[in-house]
Amino acid sequence: MKALFTTPIEKLLTKMNGLASILGWGAYIPIYRIETAEIARIHTKGGEKAPIQRKSVPGPDEDSLTIAYEAAKNALKRAKIDPKHVEALYIGSESPPYAVKPSATIIAEALGFSRKLFGIDMEFACKAGTTAMISVVGLVNSGIISYGMAIGTDTAQGRPGDELEYTAAAGAAAFLISKTRKDAAATIEHAVSYVTDTPDFWRREGEKFPMHTFRFTGEPAYFHHIENAAKLLMEETGLKPSDFNHVVFHQPNVKFPQRMGAMLGFKPEQMKLGLLSNEIGNTYAAASPLGLTNVLDNAKPGERILIVSFGSGAGSDALSIVVEDGIEERKGLARPTSYYLNRYKLVDYAVYLKYKGFILR
Amino acid sequence: MSKVYVVGIGATKIEEHWEKGIRDLMVEVALNAIKDAGIEKKEIEAIFVGNMSSGYLQGQEHLGSLLATWLGIPGVAANKVEAACASGGAAVHNAFLAVKSGVYDCVLVVGVEKLTDAITSDATDALVMAEDQEYVAFTGASFVALNAFVYKAYMKKYQAKQEDIALFAVHDHKYAANNPLAQYPKPITLEEVLKSPMVADPVRLLESAPLGDGSAALVLCSEKKLKELQNRDVLVELAGSSLSTEIFSVHDRTDLTSIGATVKASRKAFQMAGVEPKNVNVVEVHDAFTVLGVIHLEDLGFAERGSGWKLLKEGQLEKDGKIPTNTMGGLKARGHPVGATGVYQVYDVVTQLRGEAGKNQVDGAEVGLTQNVGGVGGTVAVNILKRVR
Amino acid sequence: MAYMRSVPRVWRERKIKYQLLGGKCKDCGKSFYPYRQICPACGSTNVEQVKLPEKGVIEYFTIVRTPPTEFKEYAPYVLAIVKLEDGTKVLAQITDVEPNEVYEGMEVEAVFRKYREQGPDGIIEYGIKFRPVK
Repeated sequence: MKALFTTPIEKLLTKMNGLASILGWGAYIPIYRIETAEIARIHTKGGEKAPIQRKSVPGPDEDSLTIAYEAAKNALKRAKIDPKHVEALYIGSESPPYAVKPSATIIAEALGFSRKLFGIDMEFACKAGTTAMISVVGLVNSGIISYGMAIGTDTAQGRPGDELEYTAAAGAAAFLISKTRKDAAATIEHAVSYVTDTPDFWRREGEKFPMHTFRFTGEPAYFHHIENAAKLLMEETGLKPSDFNHVVFHQPNVKFPQRMGAMLGFKPEQMKLGLLSNEIGNTYAAASPLGLTNVLDNAKPGERILIVSFGSGAGSDALSIVVEDGIEERKGLARPTSYYLNRYKLVDYAVYLKYKGFILR
Repeated sequence: MSKVYVVGIGATKIEEHWEKGIRDLMVEVALNAIKDAGIEKKEIEAIFVGNMSSGYLQGQEHLGSLLATWLGIPGVAANKVEAACASGGAAVHNAFLAVKSGVYDCVLVVGVEKLTDAITSDATDALVMAEDQEYVAFTGASFVALNAFVYKAYMKKYQAKQEDIALFAVHDHKYAANNPLAQYPKPITLEEVLKSPMVADPVRLLESAPLGDGSAALVLCSEKKLKELQNRDVLVELAGSSLSTEIFSVHDRTDLTSIGATVKASRKAFQMAGVEPKNVNVVEVHDAFTVLGVIHLEDLGFAERGSGWKLLKEGQLEKDGKIPTNTMGGLKARGHPVGATGVYQVYDVVTQLRGEAGKNQVDGAEVGLTQNVGGVGGTVAVNILKRVR
Repeated sequence: MAYMRSVPRVWRERKIKYQLLGGKCKDCGKSFYPYRQICPACGSTNVEQVKLPEKGVIEYFTIVRTPPTEFKEYAPYVLAIVKLEDGTKVLAQITDVEPNEVYEGMEVEAVFRKYREQGPDGIIEYGIKFRPVK
């Protein structure tokens, strides 16, 4: 698929190309946060500098399902459609409350989706959310359904004392996908995925916490896959970094996405809106999707967005998205990502352990 | 239709009866009441057992038949009566109907409950079964929490203060000190009450009826049967008995500061007994929580709306006051073995009417009223007793 | 505790609990939660099922400190009678808030949360709680 839209005029004419549209988007981040300095106080007595400032903590009555529900509700509000017309719910997560029984069944019932539904929970570490999006795009584009929702949600577990504990966080982002249409918020013009067998981070069946491979998760994993997926997309579309107004990378911390951006030729201003990890941590399957919701909350019609996720195991999804005129009237219909970013309560380590269920009674 | 008389009473002390099971408690008080009535076991024609949680806590249902066998009189009519914490009062009411109708001449009522067979959280679970399981218990509501709403509503509406309402607990303990059957026969101070731990704000531990085990029994008989019995000096008639229900869930009611079922049941009972509030000499109200005691007095017609709490301060509830109330300790200090309480209340009033209340005696007590409540007023049973000789 | 392990019970009630479905009486106009066929105010059977408003105000609240068994890990928690925008009264927990931050008259909005679990290997019971509107 060669480049068809390099100038604004051409883009206007070919506006109705594209795989599918984002009709509505929604975010949710739990209210609680813990400062990484507080975690360091316990484990290293402040010895190490943490990779981010603070991370989100799910409340004791929250799980990845309830978190996804609110993000989905926000997306539905922006999409302005009757939930009973939604015929797909694909949820990407590595922390569903049930190992067997998809959260999709419960959320679909709770929101009143159609019972004629393509529903499933899917796992691919931190890229499950974008994979869910691509899958729903497939259902819509092929004409099998008219409306579908994709959600990336996680309440990530970090083993106490482990490096990942500083960043494993909770959040969700949801997207209501429809056929391409003029009044949509944005159009997904292209998508690619790049996957290899790279065991950089995994969790065996029955184990509570994942294993990771320290520095091996960098170059051979994170950087290799994002670089390849991004380059593949740009090759197939003929787009260059400068064609994008915004870029969002998977964000396990702050340094990795910044370095990735620089390596690929993106400027810091392009990455600003999509980089939230310093304030909320790594929300795993919701990480790059939440970066995307924050971009959409602030983007203008005509702007182009690149989002590249990374899921350990490993793989990267890259999507190129063009903002449509319809975005302006939809922004205000639900709470923006910034609402959830800015409202928070700090907890100390003891309360954090209690909320995560680590204190056995 | 026959008049109904209470000719025998029996009860155990309310405490943690580790060594007595439900059947032991039932049999003990049944035998006491039968002996007190001066009859033989075999003269009993029907048994009504008031109990709320034997199924959940002891795994035992079918208490009516169980008691009939264990009492040595299998064959009589017998069944369990359940109306949450009003099970006792409801059992008395059912027994009243049995005798009044003329179908039975001699009936045994037993109220029994063993809450201490369970750990506190299981007992809490059992008590909240009085409420809507799907939409109230589901939210994590404890029985105390629902009464906390009533407490707050009452204080707000009438500008009443907790320190004035909490006096109800102090009052109960004062009289329990002279009641050998009481669970807590020990006076307490207002300060101790107000400093006790919070259970569900603003309700404090010492404002709440305790968990305990107990059993009480009555023998009721008809006019016809009475002629066969040895004449006793004092004769007590169960002159009025009624049962009423109310909107089930507290949050569905428009006024949390009044229990409609009390108003309805008491009006019916007053009419049946041919008396008015001003004729009543001794009252037993269902003060599972101090604020309820106050509200019940208002609903029964013994105090103006919003002024019930004043009676405490003014000493009107004392044995020599205008409306002697809970003169054997009430639910807070005599105890509240849930399904048995309604029967204990009648036991306490009959004791007063017979002149056998010792230091707690209300001089010249002729008419007594008991009010037994299920849930937060979902059911109310009112029984009025008169000394007729 | 057979009733606590009952899956059909939870399944039956889920729609009403997930979506806060109430009833509105077409005869006397009262609206109530949960939905039921007969109006609790006037006894009429002319009741329609409605989705209740999601915003309301705390009318009364208390703090549960000695909870029933399945809620032990959450204590102390806030329980409140919430008056929704249309006057319907709902009993629910207030979440995302410290007990000492709650007050009568506080504006709240509905959220979908976990209420309890039927043990670590049983199903999870979800429902509607309320949190402060900010």
